[in-house]
Amino acid sequence: MTEHVVVVGGGMVAHRFVEALRARDTARAFTVTVLAEEDRAPYDRVALSAFFSGTAPDDLALGDPTLWSDGSVDLRLGSAVTALDRGSRTVTTAGGEVVGYDHLVLATGSYAWVPPLPGADLPGVFVYRTVQDVVALRDWVHARAAELDRPVRGAVVGGGLLGLEAAGALHGLGAHTTVVEFAPRLMALQVDEGGGATLRRIVEGLGVTVRTGAASEAVEAGPDGRVGGLRLTGDDAALPVDVVVVATGVRPRDELAAPAGLATGQRGGVLVDDHCRTADERVWAVGEVANIQGRCLGLVAPGYSMAEIVADRLLGGEATFPGADLSTKLKLLGVDVASFGDAFGQAPGALEIVHSDPVAGTYKKLVLSDDARVLLGGILVGDASGYAALRPMVGAELGSDPALWLLPEDAGARPRTELPDAAQVCSCNGVSAGEVRASVAEGCHDLPAVKACTRAGTSCGSCVPLVRKLMAVSLAEAGLAVSSAMCEHFAMARAELFNAVMVSGLRRWSEIVGRFGTGRGCDICKPAVASVLASLYDEHVLAEDRAALQDTNDRVMANLQKDGTYSVVPRVPGGEILPDQLLLIGQVAKDFGLYTKITGGQRIDLFGARLEQLPAIWQRLVDGGMESGHAYGKALRTVKSCVGSSWCRYGVQDSVGLAVMLELRYRGLRSPHKIKLGVSGCARECAEARGKDVGLIATENGWNVHVGGNGGFTPRHAELLVEDVDTETAVRVVDRYLMYYVRTADRLQRTAVWQADHEGGLERIREIVVDDVLGLGADLDAQMARHVESYEDEWAAVLRDPERLAQFASFVNAPDTPDPTLAYVEERGQRRPATDAERAAGPVLIASTTLEVRS
Amino acid sequence: MTAVAARPGLVDLCALDRLVPDLGVAALVGDEQVAVFRLADGSVHAVGNLDPYSGAAVMSRGITGSRGEVPTIASPVYKQVFSLVDGQCLDAVGMDPRPGRGPDLPVYGVRVDHGRVLLDPRPVR
Repeated sequence: MTEHVVVVGGGMVAHRFVEALRARDTARAFTVTVLAEEDRAPYDRVALSAFFSGTAPDDLALGDPTLWSDGSVDLRLGSAVTALDRGSRTVTTAGGEVVGYDHLVLATGSYAWVPPLPGADLPGVFVYRTVQDVVALRDWVHARAAELDRPVRGAVVGGGLLGLEAAGALHGLGAHTTVVEFAPRLMALQVDEGGGATLRRIVEGLGVTVRTGAASEAVEAGPDGRVGGLRLTGDDAALPVDVVVVATGVRPRDELAAPAGLATGQRGGVLVDDHCRTADERVWAVGEVANIQGRCLGLVAPGYSMAEIVADRLLGGEATFPGADLSTKLKLLGVDVASFGDAFGQAPGALEIVHSDPVAGTYKKLVLSDDARVLLGGILVGDASGYAALRPMVGAELGSDPALWLLPEDAGARPRTELPDAAQVCSCNGVSAGEVRASVAEGCHDLPAVKACTRAGTSCGSCVPLVRKLMAVSLAEAGLAVSSAMCEHFAMARAELFNAVMVSGLRRWSEIVGRFGTGRGCDICKPAVASVLASLYDEHVLAEDRAALQDTNDRVMANLQKDGTYSVVPRVPGGEILPDQLLLIGQVAKDFGLYTKITGGQRIDLFGARLEQLPAIWQRLVDGGMESGHAYGKALRTVKSCVGSSWCRYGVQDSVGLAVMLELRYRGLRSPHKIKLGVSGCARECAEARGKDVGLIATENGWNVHVGGNGGFTPRHAELLVEDVDTETAVRVVDRYLMYYVRTADRLQRTAVWQADHEGGLERIREIVVDDVLGLGADLDAQMARHVESYEDEWAAVLRDPERLAQFASFVNAPDTPDPTLAYVEERGQRRPATDAERAAGPVLIASTTLEVRS
Repeated sequence: MTAVAARPGLVDLCALDRLVPDLGVAALVGDEQVAVFRLADGSVHAVGNLDPYSGAAVMSRGITGSRGEVPTIASPVYKQVFSLVDGQCLDAVGMDPRPGRGPDLPVYGVRVDHGRVLLDPRPVR
């Protein structure tokens, strides 16, 4: 026998209640009808301002929409309830519909309260509460801007949380905005005087005018009968404005209660006990309309708690309201503001530590117990990065030097304090550190799983960094392997993806992510997919839709440097270079003012090239017969050689000849990581070939081929793969080794690690690439042959293609203007990026260096 | 089609056709640099071009993507990930922003009108 729950109201708390009931009522003991006044399904009112940054109203929808198509939930939009009859257990809607209930949940929320202000009913006066409100406000501002042919002037009455939200919206719409607050500071309920002063400075710095201690007397009409001014007490003239937003607070929508004989609080709100129940055991109230423990709470977190309590109670549980956590962290007008615990230091003997930095625009205060050990609360303005770590510490000891907690996060000095299990991590959903740890122990091994399991971080998200940290520590403690999934979009490792793409024959990102992945990808999986496609099909790195998949280095075919300029490395096969090409490189460097350095791979690196200069630089190099060196790619870099038998007294083979041949053979080969080769002409090993992924060392009879070496962070010597083979055999073995590596290695895995991790190690790899026990040889040979045949110089191809060249503009609306933030100083006759100190100290060479004669 | 430039406060950056899906461009608006992205789903987003973690003006050259449902942009320098919706830094990869900079990117209102990309030069947040 099912019971019928009627929810009056369709806001965030109503949504949470239905979600909680549906999730926990596995026996389907309840059916639910939601009577919502607004015409849209429950949405994220807290994120309302996101509407002005391009978020469509539908994107604000809460939760999984299938909740509403669940057979036992009936969401009726545009159904305001106008009467409640407890005797007959029915409610009546404005449309005259009568709905019976077994249990009634009042979740009507609040309305924007407008004080008795003459003129508040004029056209051009708005409140800020619903999607409808913000749409109307936007349309009005746009229309007025068009009519007036000048920026719209707006005023916000109220400088609290909501008022600053509204001011942000007006400001964002291009209006000249004034915030009028009656109290002596902004956000008087959340921050103290010092915090308010900092907040004011930052807000004013954004171009918003702030009037505190100012009383609004009347909204005045202009000659056209619409809003024309806002009169403030004591001012000679009214503030000229074209739009007014009233944000003076909210009041509970409790009008159903009194006529139905339910008690309301002195300042409104339906009176409920700690179980959210009214005097009538079948009627409950949750969220802003509920007057619990003597007050109404205007934050979503306690509302969610109440929703969970009622769901629990209906199912026979014992949940009780724990008291409200009024902590808030917000970003208003781009300014971080956080307030938590006993923010105003009202506890007897409470001590305060204040760190105020007017230069950085930050104000931070910690409230501590009288022995200066236990954290009671705090206020953070301008930089609230410490909020996620501090808020759960309320009630806990901060260690011997609490002031360290006011330093920026990750500054290193902050004491490492283990959070107690009971500490609340996510205040929106009431999740403790212990629950996060337990979820990891129960099998949630990545962030999405922990969030789904505990709900931590699913509302405002401010605790996500903390949740991630807790999860990582728990995982490490349990000795759990991290999943081999490449990222949140692909559950497979690169080798599996390689096979999947190869077998499916798919060539476009959208098809590949659609078939094998999820979401829009990221900076990890997109370049990996691009690399796989490049290895498989030998097409241009920017072919089809691939430019957007590439890291900036591959996208512009140059190496990004710290200041956003690039370095350019033309290929010098085997390190052998014509004098004319040396002169060309030198002339290009001089003409473009590029810093020049010899690389470890026997070529020349030219630094400081701006994005828009790259085509001109490459045109010169290509005209002079040079080509891309792929220094930017996960690809073959160089084949280093010693001078070998042609000049050296000791050389036994032509190492330069083989190096040039190999470099031209493998140039452009895309791989899981960079690949370097070396060829030495005798056993003295002057080319340091054993420090390379593939190193060939000459013998009296031919070549020894070594594989799996590298320098870098973990240097490795390459191991012998085959001995004393002729050139043809050596090349075939290297072909197969490289191609097998390209197919099966993990993302960013160098050959050394790959062959150590390969099942059976180098021994097994030798069986596969030399003895061909798997019969893969012909396939690997064919793939390499295709690569060699289809090679073309990437840069030459781009220079022929006007569409790709257009991507090299510095600015879409000023294609040749250099990045104005670039600054250089001279050092040892060349230039290098200026340091912060040098920039601050005075004149530096700005982008167009004096050395540059053409661009 | 030139009439759109008359809307006060908005800056006409370029034709929508100039934006290749998921390939960002930088735009110069007064002294400010803005990174503009047209995503594969057709939406257009604009954030500050200055990367708070490297100090370089390079955000337009990052890779777009998503974290959960949130469209994102990753810095090409040290790979921090930012929301394209509200500019929030979603993954600082353990780094601090450069001195004097907050962790997040400013977000700009941007819209498409008669095939032109129009930007409100005052950051929304």
